[in-house]
Amino acid sequence: MKETAYWTWFIIAAIVILVLAGLHMVVMHLPALGVYNPASGAATDWQNVAFRSQHQFIAFTYIILLAAALYHGLYGLRTIVFELGPTKAFQEVFTVVLWIVGLILFGVGAYADLAAKSVGRVL
Amino acid sequence: MKNKHYENRLGITGWLGGGRWGVERYLYILHRLTGLAILGFFLLHIFASSARMYGPENWNAAMQILKNPVLKVGEFLVFVAFAFHALNGIRLILIELGLAVGRAEEPIFPYKSSINNQRPLMVVAMVLAGILIAFGGFNAFFMSH
Amino acid sequence: METKTQKKYNITVYVRRFDPDKDAAPRQQQYTIQIEKGLTVLDALNLIKQTQDPTVGFRFSCRMGVCGSCGMLINGKPGLACNTQVLDVTESALTLAPLPNFSIIRDLVADLVPMFGVLTGVQPYIQRSDVEEMENPTREYFQTPHQLEEFLQFTYCIKCGSCMAACPTMATDKEYLGPMPLTQAYRYNTDSRDDAADARREIVSSCHAIFNCHYAAECSNVCPKGVDPARAIQLMKKDLVLRYFGLRKKKCAHVHEGPSQSDYKPKIEAPPFTVDQ
Repeated sequence: MKETAYWTWFIIAAIVILVLAGLHMVVMHLPALGVYNPASGAATDWQNVAFRSQHQFIAFTYIILLAAALYHGLYGLRTIVFELGPTKAFQEVFTVVLWIVGLILFGVGAYADLAAKSVGRVL
Repeated sequence: MKNKHYENRLGITGWLGGGRWGVERYLYILHRLTGLAILGFFLLHIFASSARMYGPENWNAAMQILKNPVLKVGEFLVFVAFAFHALNGIRLILIELGLAVGRAEEPIFPYKSSINNQRPLMVVAMVLAGILIAFGGFNAFFMSH
Repeated sequence: METKTQKKYNITVYVRRFDPDKDAAPRQQQYTIQIEKGLTVLDALNLIKQTQDPTVGFRFSCRMGVCGSCGMLINGKPGLACNTQVLDVTESALTLAPLPNFSIIRDLVADLVPMFGVLTGVQPYIQRSDVEEMENPTREYFQTPHQLEEFLQFTYCIKCGSCMAACPTMATDKEYLGPMPLTQAYRYNTDSRDDAADARREIVSSCHAIFNCHYAAECSNVCPKGVDPARAIQLMKKDLVLRYFGLRKKKCAHVHEGPSQSDYKPKIEAPPFTVDQ
C-alpha cells in the first residue's frame, strides 16, 4: 500500500506541476503579456523579480511548485534506479537518501523564497 | 544442467527498443530521458534562482552568465524536454488512471487493444507538443525581451 | 488434372543456437530453405529439423496457438512460431532467437519456470471466505454477463511469455512481476466470484510491481491472443488509486438466489477415483 501512496502522490504532483509550471512559463517567458511583470523589459529584470518576490501568491506557489517538482522528479529517479536491479539493501538506503536530499533541497529553495521576500521589501 | 542456463536479459538496450516495436515504446524511453534531463536542470535552477535573495547585484550577475548563447540554446532544449514531458505526461496520466485504455472486450482477430484506444490521444498530444516547441523556439530566438 | 503451382521463396533462416554442454554463449547458425505461401515459422523449423539439422532445439505442442509452448523472438518481435506465417514477416531473411528476459535452456527453448513461479505468487485461482459453500456448493454463484465481460478478455492468456519478453521493465528488473502475472491478478480480482482481492492487491502494489509499468504498451502489441495486458494493468492502477481514496469498496458475489419457484438440480456425485490416493 505504501507504493500506491507514493505513486498516487507522484501523479498528483504531476498535475500540480502542469498547472504551476505552465503559469511559471507564461510569467517568465511571455513578459509582454504583463502577468506578474509590472515593469516592461525581461521577466528576469530586477524590478520584476523584486515585485514577484514580495507577491504573496507567487511566493506561495513557488514553494508548492518546488515541493511538487522535487517529489515528482526524485520519485521518477527512484523508479528508474530501482528498475536497474540494485540490491535490496541499496534500494532501502537509496529511498532514505532521496528523502533527505529532497528535504534539504526543499529547505534551500523555500529559504531562498522567503529570504527574497524581505530583500524585495528593503529595496 | 540447471546451473548452465544462459542469462538472456536484454539490459538497458531493452529499454531503447530497436526491434519491430511500436511508437509508444519510443515515447516511453523519451519520457524517461526528458524526465532525467529536466530533473538535472531543476536542481541547478533551484540554486541559480536562489541568487535573488542576495540582492540585485548578485541577481544581475547571475543573469548575465545565463545570457551566454550556449546556455540560451541549452535553455531551449530544456523547454523542448519540458513540452514533450508535459504533453506525453498528460497522455500517460489519462492512460494510467484507466481513463484512456477502454473497457475489457472480447478479443476478435485482428486484435484491437488499448493501444488503439489511446492512439488518437497520442497523436493529439504529440502534435500539441510540436506546436508548443515551435512556438517556444520562435519566442526564445526571434522575440526580443 | 491440373495442379496449382505456388510461387517458391528461398529464405535464409538464422537460428540462435546454444548448447549448455558446449557453448559458453549463444551463436548464430544459418540455414537456407525453400518455402511457399502458408508455411508457418514452426513449419519452417520442423523442415530444418527434418531435412538439414536434427539437433535444432525448440519447443512446441499444439501447433495451433493454444498451448503457448512455441513463443520465440521472430525477426526481433516476440510471438508464437505456430501462428506466424513466414511470408508475413519476411521474403528473404528470418531470424529466430529464444524469448529474451528469460534464461536459455537450449537453442530456442527459454526457461519459463520463474514466470510460473511469479504467477503462482499472485494466487491465480478463485478463493472465497465461505469455504464450506465453495467445497460443497449448493448452487451456482451469481454473475451477470456484464460482470463476466469485465475479465473475460484476460482469461484468454496462454502464458506463452511473449509479453514478458517484450516488456522493457523486464529487460533490467529481475524482481518485476511482469505483465502476465499482473494481468492474471487483475483477472481474478475482477471476477465477481472471488473474495481474495485484498491479498492480491497487496502483492501487486508492492515495490517492483504494478507501478513499474509505464505503458510502453509492448506487451499488448505482441500478445498473440489479444489479451491486452497493458489494459489490465492500467485498470488495476485505477482500482488501486480509487481504493486509496476510499472511493471504491469491497464487493463479492453471493450465492445465486433464483426465482423461488425454480428447481435446483440435485448435486451430482463425483466419480470414484481411478488411481489410489
